[in-house]
Amino acid sequence: MAQAAAVAKPPAPPRRSRARSRARRTSATPRRLPYLLIAPAALLMLGFIAYPVISVFYYSLQHYNPTKPWRNGFAGFDNFVHAFTEDPIFWDTLVFSAKWVIVEVSLQLLFGLALALIVNQTFVGRSLGRALVFSPWAVSGVLTSAIWVLLYNSQTGITRYLADMGIGEYGTSWLSDTSTVFSAAIVADLWRGVPFFAILILADLQSISKDLYEAAEVDGASRVRQFLHITLPHLKDAIILSTLLRAVWEFNNVDLLYTLTGGGPAGETTTLPLYIANTSVDAHNFGYASALTTVAFVILLFCSMVYLRLSKFGGESK
Amino acid sequence: MITQDAEKVAPVRPAPVAEEPPRRPGKVRRAWDEVPRRHIYLPLSIYLVFTLVPFYWILLFALRKPGSTSLVPWPMTFEHFEKVWNERSFGVYFQNSVLVGVVTLLMTTLVALAGGYALARFDFKIKRGFMLALLCSQFVPGALLLVPLFQIFAELRMINSLGSVILAETVFQLPLSIILISNFIKNVPYSLEEAAWVDGCNRFTAFRVVVLPLLRPGLIAVGSFAFVHSWNHFLFALMFLSNQDKQTIPVGLNTLLSADSVDLGALAAGGIIAAVPVVIVFAFIQKWLITGFSAGAVKG
Repeated sequence: MAQAAAVAKPPAPPRRSRARSRARRTSATPRRLPYLLIAPAALLMLGFIAYPVISVFYYSLQHYNPTKPWRNGFAGFDNFVHAFTEDPIFWDTLVFSAKWVIVEVSLQLLFGLALALIVNQTFVGRSLGRALVFSPWAVSGVLTSAIWVLLYNSQTGITRYLADMGIGEYGTSWLSDTSTVFSAAIVADLWRGVPFFAILILADLQSISKDLYEAAEVDGASRVRQFLHITLPHLKDAIILSTLLRAVWEFNNVDLLYTLTGGGPAGETTTLPLYIANTSVDAHNFGYASALTTVAFVILLFCSMVYLRLSKFGGESK
Repeated sequence: MITQDAEKVAPVRPAPVAEEPPRRPGKVRRAWDEVPRRHIYLPLSIYLVFTLVPFYWILLFALRKPGSTSLVPWPMTFEHFEKVWNERSFGVYFQNSVLVGVVTLLMTTLVALAGGYALARFDFKIKRGFMLALLCSQFVPGALLLVPLFQIFAELRMINSLGSVILAETVFQLPLSIILISNFIKNVPYSLEEAAWVDGCNRFTAFRVVVLPLLRPGLIAVGSFAFVHSWNHFLFALMFLSNQDKQTIPVGLNTLLSADSVDLGALAAGGIIAAVPVVIVFAFIQKWLITGFSAGAVKG
């Protein structure tokens, strides 16, 4: 949310031009200075983001597998054709990715918004409450998996105690049962995802002027109407962008599912990126993995554009 | 048309105005600020239970004796911690993670400070392109670039050195950090810097003396973000480091998780060792983080 909001709103022109004329007068090398300043960042990003991206595109057109060197060489679109026509796992991972992102992000948005609204109120123990409910934000990836593996453990986990109370049965592991693994993984990811969403929304909530609510109060608007007509419109851009970035992030994130379920049971929780990681790291099929990566890029770009168009982001500025 | 509209609005407006006089002066503000208690405490408590039960669970497993099924970690034992720290070499992992986290934090903050200053205070030819690149890089998944990154680090002979992980983590932290910092700098009035120049400072000293102190909350937010991310992130370390004595904590945890028979006590103790630094950082910066974000993200 943060970064894109910033990009969407370029700095006010007057200040910029003043900065420029000032710079020319005062600094010895005003023309080169900005370039010098962004050089380290630009070089790092060229070398370790741009170049790898380009080489992924290049490899996607190659047979490239260190364990089968006799096949290596130009492949044309073979890898892509194979993915779309001969690889059922690819389609399964696409469907699961979509399911995962949609369920996860919409629940995070819902709970995150509610949580942000709650901790934005003044109440006794607010800072302690905030610190506690936000704390899973700091804990992510592997540690989240470790915690939830303990909770879901079939012998000593929460199932045992729930079974004692008469709910469910003792000895089932929610992570190795195909009917429960999806919900189990969703809940584990919500645990750390909701606080993050809530923090971003809370930051934006605090920038809403209290005067607006006071005026609405004077006009007799109910709290629900205040929420619908002041809070939501104000949060609109933040919600659109945090949802988009969150969706991209949830799609790309491998840490949690890799360590929590390993994509199993029976490939039931393998997202496309997880499949790509397995294809490249375990199977050494770098060419095919690169083609899948390219597909993932295209899907991400397409979905983001459609989403931004549908939400009319930036259409009406505040 | 117009009269119809006026009629529609009319019945709504006068009513509250008529009600206004009997209100006590403080009532208007309190009405919004103080939502009924039950609307705050009930959902908050439910959410707190959801948040805290997993934390309690890991504490329980780390502290109670092996084989115990009690819901209270009593009698308490620290044998899991000793075992993980010494036998599972979490002591070494911890040092490596601290090194990676701190160096990533420093590099990210420094490079982002320079870049953010350029974006906030100058207008230059490739500025738009650079900002677009920052935005687009948010869509590039680190996990999908593992293979080319591995090759680059192999070329640079950096495989199996913490430098590779530090570099990769820094690069993936940079875009967000630059944008945040440039927004923080934009919030510092330019006239302050100009005043310092008039007083004889050059650009660099003016920045150090005038702007830097005002940037503190922003720098804390960005730095802590970089630290927490590199502390938690796991795939780069897993891929680029193969020597056991070079591994970081998340990789150590993953080893415990993927072992054939998971030692739950060790896993819990390892998890707590992994959590302690970030929780401390988090508790310390929590307040600044939200103000930092709202300043950096929203008012930009």
